[in-house]
Amino acid sequence: MGTINPELLLAAVIVAATPILLAALGELVVERAGVLNLGVEGMMITGAICGFAVAVNSGSPALGFVAAAAGGAVLALLFALLTQVALANQVASGLALTLFGLGLSSLLGQGYQGIKPPPTPRLDLGPLSDIPFLGRVMFSHDLMVYLALGLVAAVWAMLKYTRAGLILRAVGENHDAAHALGYKVVRVRVLAILFGGACAGLGGAYISLVRVPQWTEGMTSGAGWIALALVVFASWKAGRVLLGAWLFGGVTVLQLNLQAAGFAIPVEFLSMSPYLITILVLVIMARDKSCAPASLGRIFHASQ
Amino acid sequence: MTLTRLLTTAALALGLATGAVAQDKTRVGFIYVGPIGDGGWTYEHDKGRLAVEEHFGDAVETVYQESVPEGADAERAITQMALQGADLIFTTSFGFMEATLAVAEKFPNVKFEHATGYKTAPNVSTYSARFYEGRAVQGHIAGKMTKSNIVGYIASYPIPEVIRGINSAYIHARKVNPDVEFKIIWAYTWFDPAKEADAAQALIEQGADVILQHTDSTAPQAAAEKAGNVVTFGQASDMAEYAPFPRVSSIIDNWAPYYIARTQAVIDGTWETTETWDGIGPGMVGIGEITDAVPTEVKAEALALKEAMAAGEYHPFTGPLNRQDGSVWLAEGEVADDGTLLGMDFYVEGLTGQIPN
Repeated sequence: MGTINPELLLAAVIVAATPILLAALGELVVERAGVLNLGVEGMMITGAICGFAVAVNSGSPALGFVAAAAGGAVLALLFALLTQVALANQVASGLALTLFGLGLSSLLGQGYQGIKPPPTPRLDLGPLSDIPFLGRVMFSHDLMVYLALGLVAAVWAMLKYTRAGLILRAVGENHDAAHALGYKVVRVRVLAILFGGACAGLGGAYISLVRVPQWTEGMTSGAGWIALALVVFASWKAGRVLLGAWLFGGVTVLQLNLQAAGFAIPVEFLSMSPYLITILVLVIMARDKSCAPASLGRIFHASQ
Repeated sequence: MTLTRLLTTAALALGLATGAVAQDKTRVGFIYVGPIGDGGWTYEHDKGRLAVEEHFGDAVETVYQESVPEGADAERAITQMALQGADLIFTTSFGFMEATLAVAEKFPNVKFEHATGYKTAPNVSTYSARFYEGRAVQGHIAGKMTKSNIVGYIASYPIPEVIRGINSAYIHARKVNPDVEFKIIWAYTWFDPAKEADAAQALIEQGADVILQHTDSTAPQAAAEKAGNVVTFGQASDMAEYAPFPRVSSIIDNWAPYYIARTQAVIDGTWETTETWDGIGPGMVGIGEITDAVPTEVKAEALALKEAMAAGEYHPFTGPLNRQDGSVWLAEGEVADDGTLLGMDFYVEGLTGQIPN
């Protein structure tokens, strides 16, 4: 029976959590603005192939991530046009976006199978990386991991302390009142949707450029849906999204390690544990009755 | 008004015309569990489909649906294909078994072929390949190549097909390396690149320097390549893009001859329920090129093993073999019968851990 090295395990957890963390954070902002975008999976996979293709052709993973964000945002723009301008149903448009994204990505991905992307370098944090234990766990990752963590803090602070955050929340809670106060409901929502798309694209590219690293059709295989669920279970709070992503990524990686190490826990329980534990912890935390943005999923038109 | 009528007539005429053409053609449908671009299992089935198209030209039309989940939705997908007028439908994953039988009952005139299953009906045949012959070759190479004596195995679902592969690989690894140990992860998925990569990573961190996979994507290959000193094998497809290292050999599924033969049988009206289970000999299982990363003598031994199985001189499950609990399964020289192999639900002696139910 082997033993599990906690250093390597925790380092792997942070990598495994980053894609869903990015996607969930984007969706959180979208939903706080009162829009339900079920197209996260589609935007992730589009970001995955856009990022992969650009990184391979340019040789620069950084450019790849920029392209991934752009790709995700462009797809999200389509959703914004449908739901904010044409006033289409958000659930149907979101589902359509996922299907469209999956199809588009396999079209774009023709010819990219079996190619290796340029490696994403680890960020050199100098002496920090040499700290025993903590150095390996926290300070030996690539830039995207820190960007994702920074984004959590930024979104949290933006929503809680800034005027922009207040307007975004107002639009999400009661779009008629926000409109009456003179805020541009549609503009705020379109910007939020674009941000959500860019984040999902980054999350997708993190899978294709760092976590796996290769391009395979349908490679996000459900990560977008996990991210969507995470936002709900995290009660639309940035800090809890981070906790949920780490929990989910953590238990996923841990259960694989437990299996590999030969611990005598039935595999069936191990396999369901990531979902079970994440939901359980977040539901218990959500007892404070925080609820969904009141205008979530409702269509806004200035005439109504 | 006139224009509308004209268009309607035209559309109707077109519809009739295409309908008439479709009647002459034999329609062959394929239900895939993953995307055709997975680079593994589904990719090879789709190569078989393309071979059918090429072989029959205009006489046959093929349709397919990819990424069909194993479960309730499979029945809907198969039903839809039958309703679209398919004459022959290949359902290419173990988990489609019940759905295939259920739909087959409703469409007695449509022929069904279920891959890797064990239940048949008057209009349902089964077909599979003796992948465990390929696993024997992999096990031999794995036993010789491992330095840490730890071989990682990414298993998918605890079904006989997967368990056979684990047993066959283990028996042949232990034969050449008595100290070898297998660490097995059940991923509970056929296709999830991120999870497969994580599983490979976990095995590598546990000291495995050879990784065998029974999942469909090339993600474990990428993880092994990143680690640098880990040997892998292509699964279902050659996965040659990772050769010569980490991928040192592969099991290649070759479905094309079977698909062509069965389509021909439907066209000729000679189709009958069969249970096909072919191995290296008839060419349904191929062994991908063994690269130069493998020492010459090991390569020669592996090829000799392959030839012996192809010629029918050697069976990978030949006694003496015990079950995991130490009870005797096969006596000296005894060969496993197909019935036991098809329902295999036990590990052989030496493997640790339990098979999930």
